[in-house]
Amino acid sequence: METKETQGCCCGGNKDRFAKVDEILAHYKGVKGALIPVLQEAQNAYGFLPKDIISRIAQTLKIPVSQVYGVVTFYSQFHLNPRGRNIIRVCQGTACHVRGAKAVLKALEDELRIAPGQTTTDERFTLETVACLGACGLAPVLMINDDTHGRLTPETVCKLLDRYQ
Amino acid sequence: MKHIRSHVLVCGGTGCASSGSKKVMDVLREELEQKGLAPEVKLVETGCHGFCEMGPIMIIYPEGTFYCRVQPEDVAEIVDVHIYKGRIVNRLLYREPISHERIPNFEHMQFYKKQMRRILKNCGHINPEVIEEYIAAGGYAALGKALTEMNREQVVDEVKKSGLRGRGGAGFPTGLKWEFAKNAPGNQKYVVCNADEGDPGAFMDRSVLEGDPHRVLEGMAVCGYAMGASEGYIYCRAEYPLAIKRLNIAIKQAMDMGLLGDKIFGTDFSFHIKVKEGAGAFVCGEETALLASIEGKRGMPRPRPPFPAVSGLWGKPTNINNVETFANVPDIIVDGAAVYAAVGTEKSKGTKVFALTGKINNTGLAEVPMGISMREIIYEIGGGIPDNKKFKAVQIGGPSGGCLPEELLDLKIDYESLTAAGAMMGSGGLVVMDETTCMVDVARFFLNFTKSESCGKCTPCREGTKRMLEILTRITEGEGRDGDIELLESMAKTIKAASLCGLGQTAPNPVLSTLRYFRHEYEAHIKDKKCPAGACSKLSGYLITELCKGCGLCKKVCPVEAISGEIKGQHVIDQVKCIKCGACMAKCPFKAIIKG
Repeated sequence: METKETQGCCCGGNKDRFAKVDEILAHYKGVKGALIPVLQEAQNAYGFLPKDIISRIAQTLKIPVSQVYGVVTFYSQFHLNPRGRNIIRVCQGTACHVRGAKAVLKALEDELRIAPGQTTTDERFTLETVACLGACGLAPVLMINDDTHGRLTPETVCKLLDRYQ
Repeated sequence: MKHIRSHVLVCGGTGCASSGSKKVMDVLREELEQKGLAPEVKLVETGCHGFCEMGPIMIIYPEGTFYCRVQPEDVAEIVDVHIYKGRIVNRLLYREPISHERIPNFEHMQFYKKQMRRILKNCGHINPEVIEEYIAAGGYAALGKALTEMNREQVVDEVKKSGLRGRGGAGFPTGLKWEFAKNAPGNQKYVVCNADEGDPGAFMDRSVLEGDPHRVLEGMAVCGYAMGASEGYIYCRAEYPLAIKRLNIAIKQAMDMGLLGDKIFGTDFSFHIKVKEGAGAFVCGEETALLASIEGKRGMPRPRPPFPAVSGLWGKPTNINNVETFANVPDIIVDGAAVYAAVGTEKSKGTKVFALTGKINNTGLAEVPMGISMREIIYEIGGGIPDNKKFKAVQIGGPSGGCLPEELLDLKIDYESLTAAGAMMGSGGLVVMDETTCMVDVARFFLNFTKSESCGKCTPCREGTKRMLEILTRITEGEGRDGDIELLESMAKTIKAASLCGLGQTAPNPVLSTLRYFRHEYEAHIKDKKCPAGACSKLSGYLITELCKGCGLCKKVCPVEAISGEIKGQHVIDQVKCIKCGACMAKCPFKAIIKG
């Protein structure tokens, strides 16, 4: 380990960079249908799915890069670009829609000055929409990271943001 | 022996947790410790009660007192007054929306009284993270009975006789599906549980998984035994982290007890279950797409036949059922098909869980016998429409379903009657809409959903939903033309007939059903350029009524200076300048500004 740090050459650096994904890949060695869980864990480790990590996964699992890319772009959960420290997911479900989710989203767009799918320049927030969070009893709702917040109004939603830095 | 004189049940489901139930638990634990009551009062974190609107929910036994919207600062009073002195804290009791009466016991609440809780019977009453509580409530008796007293044919037969039909949408007879998978040749077979509950407005599967995960595991194991499968997968959407966590805990506990794993109950039957996390694609609720996703591919459907029962996961015979379907199985095995089938209509047996949401007083989960009327669900269980508004429609079945008008409120709900009315059972989401909801906008909302979730494999769905959405958007923006309605109808017909999977085949339903029952609203948008509900902002303006006191607040808040008027005099909005942002209406302290 020590030598790696002192060397600082590109190969040593790369080894470090791939250490996490290699560990994940080793864990799924020989498991059928491993691609999606590997991508999920890799995204958790790196925050998003960078090109070189995708290639590494494709190589190790012996799947063409094009196919891995196809899977990554198919599912809304996977991201090819860096994201903010906090992810806001505004529910657009039916119950939220009839109870004013549009206004809640609009308030967030105005406050953060970004559109859904974008990240603030300070990388504090990424704003996303989601089809339904299944918390319809509390409509309108959103999730910030793993926390669900319900019974929102355009006024209360902006106050929530202070809690997430 | 330790004597517990009181049980305090606090809901730890997603709904209540987001309303702060974790904090309530913590404060309560501390308070009981401090008062020295901890040894005689048992604190239980339960799953969902299905009454999320009123969360956080707390039930205290033996009385069965139901406290709602309990906040951490209420805890000291509950401990002092209820647990210590044995009196009820009146102000925290549930108040009936119509009679305004405070109801102390949850069994007497209209919301619960009318329900018949079979699948949800443990939800909110046991700790889902403790297998012993499920066993104490009769759990795993069905698996024991199936494995030790019944052969595989008898199990399939019992399920067939029960009349159970798939609760995920189409309502295919479950027993028949099991029989196909059982008779399919092959050594390796799979059981798959579809927990990819993607319909907006449905959350019954989430509540069952969070509140009673073992019931689903047991149902799957019985199915595995009947069809001869040794492996099962639960495909759960990633948006449900708590459900995934509890499933994994439940699987581990069942493995440790030998209720899952190798040689269950000392028989030759072995069954292992794995949880697969979805990656965010609605179409994966379709069975062939779901299988592709488990295999690690893009979740795209394929034509059937071959059906999964013959060639499913990795080409092996596979049986796929929904969470609620599996949750029905233990009761059928333990009580027998006859008892099960005594409830329901001729062709739809048992109970169904509906997720009641939208413009309704009591939002939450309602488990009712098949054949109940929509009116009973909405007005008796749901407590009617809030703010004295008028009922307009109920949307049933999510993006594949339809909107039913007031005339059909007395319809007896079962698979056939709903399909005949142009809707469908779907997963059982009921979204209630009042007079302020625009039906064209609702149709547009669903088309927008199906358009974004279409996987793109077949043209009718990929292109058709997009074109229909364009027309609907145009109509809601006041650009509707003569012939639009006819064009929508003809496209809907083509998309239904020509699409590859259920997503496309049902995508036009919301448009067709709103056209069937609310055609006049479409006509008003197209011909009169008016939105009768006042929901489409481009077709409705804001007006200041005589209630105006001339305070001037609206004038100040208007971003485009469209409001004029003297202080203490009537103000008016210049409709040409107005951008319809609604800021004035939100600001007016006298409710003098209306949409119209």
